[in-house]
Amino acid sequence: MSLSEKDVQYVAKLARLEVTNEEVAKYTEQLGNILQYVEQLNQLDTANVEPLTHPLDVKNVFRDDVVRPSLTQQEVLSNGPEIQSGHFRVPKIM
Amino acid sequence: MELYQKTLHEISTDLKTKKVSSVELTKTVMDHLEKVEPQVQAFITITREAALKQAAEADKRLSAGQDVTPLTGVPVAIKDLLCTKGVRTTCASKMLETFLPPYNATVVEKLYSMGAVSVGKTNMDEYAMGSSTETSYYKKTKNPWNLACVPGGSSGGSAASVSADQAFASLGSDTGGSIRQPAALCGIVGLKPTYGRVSRYGLIAFASSLDQIGPFGKDVEDCAIMMSAIAGHDPKDSTSADLPVPDYAVEAKKPVKGLKIGIPKEFFPDGLNKEVADAVKQAIEELKKQGAEIHEVSLPASPFALAAYYVLAPSEASSNLARYDGVRYGLRVPGENIMEMYSKTRAAGFGSEVKRRIMLGTYALSSGYYDAYYLKALKVRRLIKQDYDKAFEKVDVIATPTAPNPAFRFGEKTGDPLSMYLEDVFTVSINITGLPGLSVPCGLSKTGLPIGLQLIGKAFDESTLLRTAYAYEQATEWHKQKPSLREA
Amino acid sequence: MAIEYEPVIGLEVHCELKTATKLFCGCRTTFGNEANTQVCPLCLGLPGTLPVMNAKAVEFAVKIGHALNCIISKYSKMDRKNYYYPDLPKAYQISQYDKPLNYDGHLEITLKEGTKRIGITRAHLEEDAGKLVHAGGKAGRLDSSDYSLADYNRGGIPLVEIVSEPDLRSAEEAYAYLTELKSILLYIDVSDCNMEEGSLRCDANVSVRPKGQSQFGTKAEIKNMNSFRFAKQAIEYEIKRQIALLEKGERVIQESRLWDVTENKTKPMRSKEEAHDYRYFPEPDLVPIVLSADYVQKIKNSLPELPAAKRARFASKYGLTPYDAGVLTDEQELAHWFEEGAKHTKSPKGLANWMMGDMAAKMKEQKKELKDLKFDQKKLCELVDLVEAGTINSKQAKEVFAEMFDAGISPAEVVKSRGMAQVSDPKAIESAVDKVLAENPSVVADYKGGKQGVIGFLVGKVMQASQGKANPKLVNEVLKKKLDV
Repeated sequence: MSLSEKDVQYVAKLARLEVTNEEVAKYTEQLGNILQYVEQLNQLDTANVEPLTHPLDVKNVFRDDVVRPSLTQQEVLSNGPEIQSGHFRVPKIM
Repeated sequence: MELYQKTLHEISTDLKTKKVSSVELTKTVMDHLEKVEPQVQAFITITREAALKQAAEADKRLSAGQDVTPLTGVPVAIKDLLCTKGVRTTCASKMLETFLPPYNATVVEKLYSMGAVSVGKTNMDEYAMGSSTETSYYKKTKNPWNLACVPGGSSGGSAASVSADQAFASLGSDTGGSIRQPAALCGIVGLKPTYGRVSRYGLIAFASSLDQIGPFGKDVEDCAIMMSAIAGHDPKDSTSADLPVPDYAVEAKKPVKGLKIGIPKEFFPDGLNKEVADAVKQAIEELKKQGAEIHEVSLPASPFALAAYYVLAPSEASSNLARYDGVRYGLRVPGENIMEMYSKTRAAGFGSEVKRRIMLGTYALSSGYYDAYYLKALKVRRLIKQDYDKAFEKVDVIATPTAPNPAFRFGEKTGDPLSMYLEDVFTVSINITGLPGLSVPCGLSKTGLPIGLQLIGKAFDESTLLRTAYAYEQATEWHKQKPSLREA
Repeated sequence: MAIEYEPVIGLEVHCELKTATKLFCGCRTTFGNEANTQVCPLCLGLPGTLPVMNAKAVEFAVKIGHALNCIISKYSKMDRKNYYYPDLPKAYQISQYDKPLNYDGHLEITLKEGTKRIGITRAHLEEDAGKLVHAGGKAGRLDSSDYSLADYNRGGIPLVEIVSEPDLRSAEEAYAYLTELKSILLYIDVSDCNMEEGSLRCDANVSVRPKGQSQFGTKAEIKNMNSFRFAKQAIEYEIKRQIALLEKGERVIQESRLWDVTENKTKPMRSKEEAHDYRYFPEPDLVPIVLSADYVQKIKNSLPELPAAKRARFASKYGLTPYDAGVLTDEQELAHWFEEGAKHTKSPKGLANWMMGDMAAKMKEQKKELKDLKFDQKKLCELVDLVEAGTINSKQAKEVFAEMFDAGISPAEVVKSRGMAQVSDPKAIESAVDKVLAENPSVVADYKGGKQGVIGFLVGKVMQASQGKANPKLVNEVLKKKLDV
């Protein structure tokens, strides 16, 4: 599967990364090379192989439904770039 | 020998026997740290004041002879992707330039509770993505063995700081080789634990199913001491293993007679750097002399590990790094609307390697490509694991080179991302399978650059790795050599 | 000839679980506190934090699965659903994609024509997002706001998303489904189901197709329906809108639409963006959930009798109409109160009538709940039995009820102290009737002249003369006898 500039623009948008035209061209080439390298995975027959999502075979890790201290409002907001009346402020969504 | 040139276990004894106080020691170490820092550039944040406070507290414990651990009063360094409460944690990124975590990572809490003294936060590749520490937004760390060369990555600062005696030990993280490869390139010992052996709580995530925190030490015993300090179950990390923690320093000193060591032919390809191949083969011979049995093993799927890694790691990273959006913390670049704010913030906050991997990962997970890439890589992952499981039925430990070459020069591999990725060719399969891996110095190149021997173990068998490494190390002098801090 | 169209509706209901803490961290789930005061590093999405699953949330989710007749997965896992929105701190929601905890269930709705089974595709576990307040511009409206404010108190609260099969065929059916589902969820005590507080939310997928066609039409998703009533209205409107489009020869666009409560119509959401590519993949920070058969059975055994079963049993055991059974079982507490009461009367139907009539009315008027009542079932049953026996008439009964309700006095007491025992003595009634007939000759003449309706007036006069104590039925009988002579 070869990667096109359109693919890169779509992916950049999905990932919320503003890219210039030069960057699109550069990334298309670089990502294309990497994907080509990755193609070699197809040399392995995995038809009857189960995916391995966790290296550890652990299951059922739970915690009790017990209240623990939260941060103070001040601590929550402390790294906020823009704060207004106890909330995080963001520019318009539409 | 200067105090700061001693090993952790040596200085720990000095502290316990009151030959030196932690405050004196910390002052000495910090003076040396700051003296060589212009050359080494290992630190993003140096915490002198806080360190002296911690040292004073440690001294109270040492004088009272109460609550004294092997780390009480010992200056150590912490990779800047571990959250330290109230101390800037940047991941070497512009995105988190002013980020102050309101909490400590579990491993940091453990070190602090043992009375360790933190000298500062070390430099790294941005968001742990890299093998040379060249992608850091802040600075390039130099290899103390040749300042014109890279220290390896992504934990370059943690490795260089220990190599240059700026700290007695340090913490790094390893997702594809980021502890072992810099350990090899900087001539020190580095250990990536079994996945789940050490809590990831407070480790700023790169690839969740691959990341592990591990120690750097000047020698195997130091590494073992650090391992015992940070290992253990953490209820805050669902992927952390609930198993008892051995006293690794004791385990490391057990003999290796009868130990079965596997040599996988796939890790000694024809084109392998001759100096690396020779140094590693000699190390294996030394172990044979000590009574270990050498066996040939095969890991046929392992050559595909790098390809699988470069699907899995960027995919998880693309999701883990999505939260850096300018809303709650970190950099914000204003925009007309939220979409613009997101896109401009992330474009300005991330370097190009990070962006490359985010895009690669986003692509691999996207509709239509998930099966071909991500799912396929997960299946190859199982094949690679099966290979190792089979090999470990025959042997106790597997020995390979850590890195395909000694330290390379700045800029040598930055032009082509793929050439940089190949640095990880011998280390990634260990992350993919979750097994423990260690690098111990086993030689110097003609130009005086360190070469590392990688030892791979069964799950949760760090003891055998440390034992094998210790036996080898004690029969050689590599761990006693110090870098010149010169440029060549 | 005009094509007849058939609506096809599927509902997605999000139910917030009433656990004490959030799904992955120990923050409180209380509603209505000051912004960003129930937030920790994890639910704020700070770097380095890791989720740990709330055992109670899994228990509640399995309960829901049982109550909706689902297959409970022995092996299930969590997945990441990746998208950007400022109420989502990690830019991904931890949800379930291909291995939901519960699937292939159903519930039954009761319509005029009978019952109908509605399939439930799945009911899976996921975390809630925070809350956004849109400000500036036409304040409160997303599409004209200048900026938004984010509060993460709600972020991370456990949700179960219940997805129905597209088996609903009208807005009435949708309404019935929602009310039955809510009743079930309240019965198993997993949620407050309060739509105003957001602990129950609903979206509808609506499409239409020519009757007889098997292929589905294009669907629109309707959001922002803040009550079951609005949901019914919105769905009705949307069905009409789509049919009108198709009849004009136009096509229905697949889109998200909002129910506008001021204009009473659905309107397209100025789309946030194109269709999401959520890039689902298994959540690496959490481990799989493997439930033992024992655990699953234990949860099943802990379920109370569910609304449908209780309704059926009330109808057969107490001789109630399906409607009455429905009203009494709408809330579990009320059903229980009734059942306890039914032990103390020979007329459960009478008890039911009082509960649904005067008792319900007064409770609503005085904003009282069952626990606030000054009387218990035994007292109310006394009243029921007094009426059944004919000791007091219905008008008197109302007065007695009022005293019992307001002051908790037992009906027997009230009747005794007010000398209310209904007069049923035939002689006394005869003499009262004779008196009234004598005093109202013109009315008698009217009656005999054909105006039979005026008997009511005469009954009233007798009742008046007896201070309301006469047995009206008897009065009627005696009057008729005397007049028809």
